[in-house]
Amino acid sequence: MLVPLAPPGMAEEHFVDKRPLYNAAEATAEANRCLYCVDAPCIAACPTEIDIPTFIHKLATGNVKGAARTILNANILGQSCGQACPVEVLCAGACVYNAWGREPIAIGRLQRFGVEAALRQDPGLFKAQPATGKRIALLGSGPASVAAAGMLALAGHSCVLFEKKRIPGGLNSLGIAPYKMKLPEALKELNWVLSLGDIELRTDVEVVAGSALPGQVSAQTLLETFDGVFLGLGLGVDARLGIEGEDGAGVYGAVQLIELLKSRPGFSLGAAKRALIIGGGNTAIDIAHELVLLGWESSMVYRREANQMSGYGHELNGAREHGVRLLENRRPLAVLRGEGGEVTGLEVALTQGKEAKETLPADLIVVAIGQSKATQVALGFPGVALDSRGCVVVDPATHRTHHPRVWSGGDCVNGGREVVNAAAEAKLAVRDMQRFLREH
Amino acid sequence: MADLSIDFCGVKSPNPFWLASAPPTNTGEQVMRAFDAGWGGAVWKTLGNPIVNVSSRFGGVDYGNGRLMGLNNIELITDRPLDVNLREIAEVKRRYPGNTMVVSLMVETKAEWKEIIRRSEDAGADLLELNFGCPHGMCERGMGSAVGNEPKVLEEIARWAVEFARVPVIVKLTPNIGDITEPGEAVVRSGAPAVSLINTIKSIVGVDLDSFVPLPRVGNGSTNGGYCGPAVKPIALHLLSQLARHPQCGQLAISGIGGISTWRDAAEFIALGSTSVQVCTAVMHHGYRIVEDLAEGLSDYLDSHGMRSVSELRGRAVPHYQEWGDLDLNYRVVADINPDTCIGCQLCYVACMDGSHQCIHLPGRTQAQSRAAGHLHLPDVIPLRVLNSVPGSTQARVPYVDEPECVGCNLCALICPVEGCITMKEVPSGKPPQSWNDRVAAGQDFVPGGLESTVRRTPS
Repeated sequence: MLVPLAPPGMAEEHFVDKRPLYNAAEATAEANRCLYCVDAPCIAACPTEIDIPTFIHKLATGNVKGAARTILNANILGQSCGQACPVEVLCAGACVYNAWGREPIAIGRLQRFGVEAALRQDPGLFKAQPATGKRIALLGSGPASVAAAGMLALAGHSCVLFEKKRIPGGLNSLGIAPYKMKLPEALKELNWVLSLGDIELRTDVEVVAGSALPGQVSAQTLLETFDGVFLGLGLGVDARLGIEGEDGAGVYGAVQLIELLKSRPGFSLGAAKRALIIGGGNTAIDIAHELVLLGWESSMVYRREANQMSGYGHELNGAREHGVRLLENRRPLAVLRGEGGEVTGLEVALTQGKEAKETLPADLIVVAIGQSKATQVALGFPGVALDSRGCVVVDPATHRTHHPRVWSGGDCVNGGREVVNAAAEAKLAVRDMQRFLREH
Repeated sequence: MADLSIDFCGVKSPNPFWLASAPPTNTGEQVMRAFDAGWGGAVWKTLGNPIVNVSSRFGGVDYGNGRLMGLNNIELITDRPLDVNLREIAEVKRRYPGNTMVVSLMVETKAEWKEIIRRSEDAGADLLELNFGCPHGMCERGMGSAVGNEPKVLEEIARWAVEFARVPVIVKLTPNIGDITEPGEAVVRSGAPAVSLINTIKSIVGVDLDSFVPLPRVGNGSTNGGYCGPAVKPIALHLLSQLARHPQCGQLAISGIGGISTWRDAAEFIALGSTSVQVCTAVMHHGYRIVEDLAEGLSDYLDSHGMRSVSELRGRAVPHYQEWGDLDLNYRVVADINPDTCIGCQLCYVACMDGSHQCIHLPGRTQAQSRAAGHLHLPDVIPLRVLNSVPGSTQARVPYVDEPECVGCNLCALICPVEGCITMKEVPSGKPPQSWNDRVAAGQDFVPGGLESTVRRTPS
């Protein structure tokens, strides 16, 4: 079942790729730089433990399909991880070349090339095992669920993905900064995973903890009609500041705004002026970076100092190189609006030195202080528990919840990490589901 | 500044760097540009009766990101009329009297040799090079390496050339032969004062795996060609040194050829007995301009080693080339890994495990893990050495050499990507030097653990 690719006209099309797809000659040249280390640190740094030196060696010899097998057998979302992974703090950050004062191998770009080139040659690189008759329901169609579905389908199980939004793919489709990966690329990978075996994708369907209304499915029904359930619930809507003036035009949540840029045809923020982005995480850096690339004067407002930000240093540096400013030690107090209700500024309190307030002029305010949890539905599965942060509780070795037929992974478990973490967690869950399905 | 000029059989050359007879010396216009760039001499693309060439003609061997580690060609001798070549040779010699003009020749009959030698000398050749080496196309017509393969034929034709020529004759030898001293001795007998070697090596450079036509492809077929380039240098050095240390052949002037690309290569050829060196593939790859580096590098090298001229370098390595049986069996080196520069790639480990003697160990393993990995001998302690190249690193990734087990093979030092990180340090064995030949002489040439039939034949 194929997902229609997104129509043209998205704002994200204005962005150029930060790590463009290599051509074959570029990939061969870069692959030949790799030392082919033994017990390589890059493998240990990859949450999915892709045998990176082996796939790169295969690329160097022109064995593109072999390279893709090595990548995808370890991480079925190898393409989007190649594009979206923060390789600077993972594999490439561990490359022995760093110790030697040399540029680390461009592992992300090589991985993307390997997967795309191989699947262009042979989309049927993997063949599913004969049908087992087992059925698995997966909640959400973000990276965790899609990775799990792909692996389960290859093992011969039937999968149904339940997605409450119209556009499937979760944050992979709607949340990755467009200079890393665009919506059509995410959907292309999703379609490939759907082609691997018996996977059905149901969009615009919400799974609920209690009894189901039209357009909904209850947790109870899933437990009754499927052999196993995987909760890939992701995260919920943007968290709010709870300050005066926050409601109304001109104030967006970061995830909400990125989704609009990526998936609403014709969406525009109007003439570029001054934007303030509140927060210090990677999503805050992403949207600040995106706005500056769209021509906005883009400043991040952070309550502490730069070295305390949860966002990656390399991402902040990249954003600053493009002109993003960082205003440290400022806590938002109120959104200021003009007579027409338009945003005119943000009143902040200085959190260092003497007590003082200041007014930062702004025409657009983006709130990037995290996302709410979307895990209440998990409680509809008897025995499944949430921790104090609202995350689904699992056995870290198996990613099984306290319900024997319910597993979970991705942001709803880890609180919000990378695509590659979702893929790694899905791998652990699928390994345990396979064991369970063999035994039952 | 060292004196780079040489004297080759009485012919002076401003430096030892000559272009080999090949596409870079096809025309006067090319040779003049080469002389402008700094080449001391040129061996003109082989003259003879013009031939017809095929398309395509060259095939390359790449390694990693390096292109043209080896080059193979199926081009023949000059395809231009003799008159045109000779007119251009005369023009070049007139305009560049200080540069060495060598004319390469390949014809069949005695009359042809007589005519072409006379006409080449009339055009201004300082030296003549007899092409007895070309291993493709021409040899099928009884010329080139067909001559070089037959010492008697070689000797006879070289004798003709010596008889007809007023200028010194160089015989260019083929490497496609079992023992290079046989043609070398034939040259000595002919009276020719010089040899050049090596010509190219018979080769098929590859196969197109879609059409199954070997490379380089000429329509639906291909043929064996001549292999040259950096990959053939070790073969050339060996054959060169075989002649250089030969009592008679070593008296000949030698022009060394085979994969010379850098001043280092040139210095090695000279150290093993060459007076001049000839370059082709490196020029086909990078152009005449490389001669600047060749001359500068050689000059600085000579200066740094206190040598005032190229002739002081010539042959310096020849006495050190010995028979295996004369090598000292009690000389010993072991690998030494420097933790300050080690980057933790552990390539030395896998090379030693799978390709040598399993004496390099990874730190942090239990004895059981080491045995499971394939080690048969374990050192008492494997120190946990962190990478000093990574500030603040806590990873113990520096491999450890079990010195008593190390045979000193060099493999780890050869594959280590960090220059100077793994060195082979000399370990005094405490024993006097002893060679295999010494052991034979002392009746100690049977090593226990051999065949029973050998034991029976060996007197106790």
